Amino acid sequence: MDSFYDVVREAVRLLIGLDPALLEIVLRSLRVSGLALLVGVVVGLPVGVGVGLARFPGRRVVVALIHTGFALPPVVVGLFAYLLLSRSGPMGELELIFTQFGMVAAQAVIAAPYIAGISLAAVQAVPHDVRLQARALGVSRPAAVRAHLREARLGLAAAVVAGFGVVISELGAVLLVGGDVVGETRVMTTAIVAETREGDLAAALALAIVLLALALVVNVLLTRAQQGGGRAWGAEAEPTWR
Amino acid sequence: MAVTLLRAEGLVRRYGSRTVVDVDAFEVPDAGITAVLGPNGAGKSTLFRLLLLLEKPDAGRIYFDDRPVRRGGRAVRRRMAGVFQRPYLFAGTVEENVAFALGPRHGSARERDARVAELLDALGLTPMAALPVRALSGGESQRVALARALAPRPELLLLDEPTAALDVATRRRFREELAAMARTHAGTVLLFTQDPADAFALADRIAVMEAGRIVQTGPPEALVLEPATPFIAALTGAELRLEGVVRDREDGLLVVAVGPAETVVRTADRGDVSPGMRVHVAYRPEDLTLLPADAPIETSARNRFHLRVTAVGPSAGVVRVRLEGDVVLCAAVSRPSAEALGLAPGRTVVAQLKATAARVLRAAW
Repeated sequence: MDSFYDVVREAVRLLIGLDPALLEIVLRSLRVSGLALLVGVVVGLPVGVGVGLARFPGRRVVVALIHTGFALPPVVVGLFAYLLLSRSGPMGELELIFTQFGMVAAQAVIAAPYIAGISLAAVQAVPHDVRLQARALGVSRPAAVRAHLREARLGLAAAVVAGFGVVISELGAVLLVGGDVVGETRVMTTAIVAETREGDLAAALALAIVLLALALVVNVLLTRAQQGGGRAWGAEAEPTWR
Repeated sequence: MAVTLLRAEGLVRRYGSRTVVDVDAFEVPDAGITAVLGPNGAGKSTLFRLLLLLEKPDAGRIYFDDRPVRRGGRAVRRRMAGVFQRPYLFAGTVEENVAFALGPRHGSARERDARVAELLDALGLTPMAALPVRALSGGESQRVALARALAPRPELLLLDEPTAALDVATRRRFREELAAMARTHAGTVLLFTQDPADAFALADRIAVMEAGRIVQTGPPEALVLEPATPFIAALTGAELRLEGVVRDREDGLLVVAVGPAETVVRTADRGDVSPGMRVHVAYRPEDLTLLPADAPIETSARNRFHLRVTAVGPSAGVVRVRLEGDVVLCAAVSRPSAEALGLAPGRTVVAQLKATAARVLRAAW
């Protein structure tokens, strides 16, 4: 086995040299997780915002369901997706098992409740009085809702960023549904496992560094999203009023 | 144009089994500043939200410009603006907040910019126009909220406790700005406050609210001279320690037996009390005249008591003196008078009160 320093040196060389195999895996990961995020946002954001703004019978049940989805173990999602999409499963005829489409679907199931849950919290964190205040200034009800969402916009952005962070680093579901087929469904997380098993530690480390860099970017964006916002004066720091 | 801008009839709002607002009739004239004055829990904030059409009443109707407000009242809400006790400033700059409610119906972009600049200037906010609102102090935030509410030129501006959360020095300055701005930039102002200083300094007309009801409405001087309830008398600075029973009418005055010793106090008459009724006798401490115990009777004052000074309050200007004997009274005298009389605990003086300066108020019990 190569020494630790040899592995690091080789990983850096692969990264600097933009190794084509490595690049292909990174781009595939970004494509799969990007599409999964898009679906997750299209489904999760309206659900989170709608439930956060509205008051209706059974709301608590819906919130509990979102929070349950929020905590879904990715490997369990992967298992269910596998059972559904496998050749003998109810959706086997679609032939989505071991395809990027299947991986996108599984990751979207993980991302959607996550995005819904965080956007729900973001909308709820804005005091209801923001809408009252807006309406007290004579604007229409939709305009007052827009004011509320504008106050929650950083939290909503955080939901999208966090959703991306979850799917890009997810392993269980993409491994089960994608099958880690080289050149087809191999993404960064599955590749790290495979390369480590095969002893190509430099390639695994290079991918790990890319993942770490992405995690760093996500964290920076999340931190920035947590700053800013409106203020009910008299409130100490966060815009919580009454 | 209507003489009455806003009118509420039979307005009731209940939270569960508790009736928070129960206003038979309430009118806001189409000019000047009207104050709704009442203690915490009187239902002012609920009435504020009801009149601002942010909350639906359980019963009653609201008329704006003599027309009943229809469901939702969107068209009417556009003609009003409200500032909450703790107004929420939206994320962004001072300038963006002031421009919040301005849209195409308020003129061209240039006209809207000019309106924002005018208000920023009027409230001394121009230097901080580009600052984020989170950088502002309490007083500055309140001025931004006021400018934001005035920007669309509302015909009726409603203010809920606008000075309550400000420190004393800021409160005084903001009160002055509010008076000037309200008269210059708003058609009519409806001010909700628990602070008599706000109401008496700003309002042309005061409606006093107690336990959800409007108990008296009138110009400030009428409230001082003819308080309808013990609460209003106390609000306007009257003393209410004397409680007793109306005995008789005599020479156009009421004769009231006060305290355990049934000391006779003569007061101005009022038609709605009759012998046997329990009443408070209200008087203003500054209406009591103190004389040396041996002073000759030279005044027409019908109430004269020999009392002992029990406490002299420290003060730079007016000295408050507690007097005890058959009755307990409180007087307010100038410092030179207090010094001339040698007022000190233990000293006996004569306290005189004109019958016309004493008023009976029906007791609540």
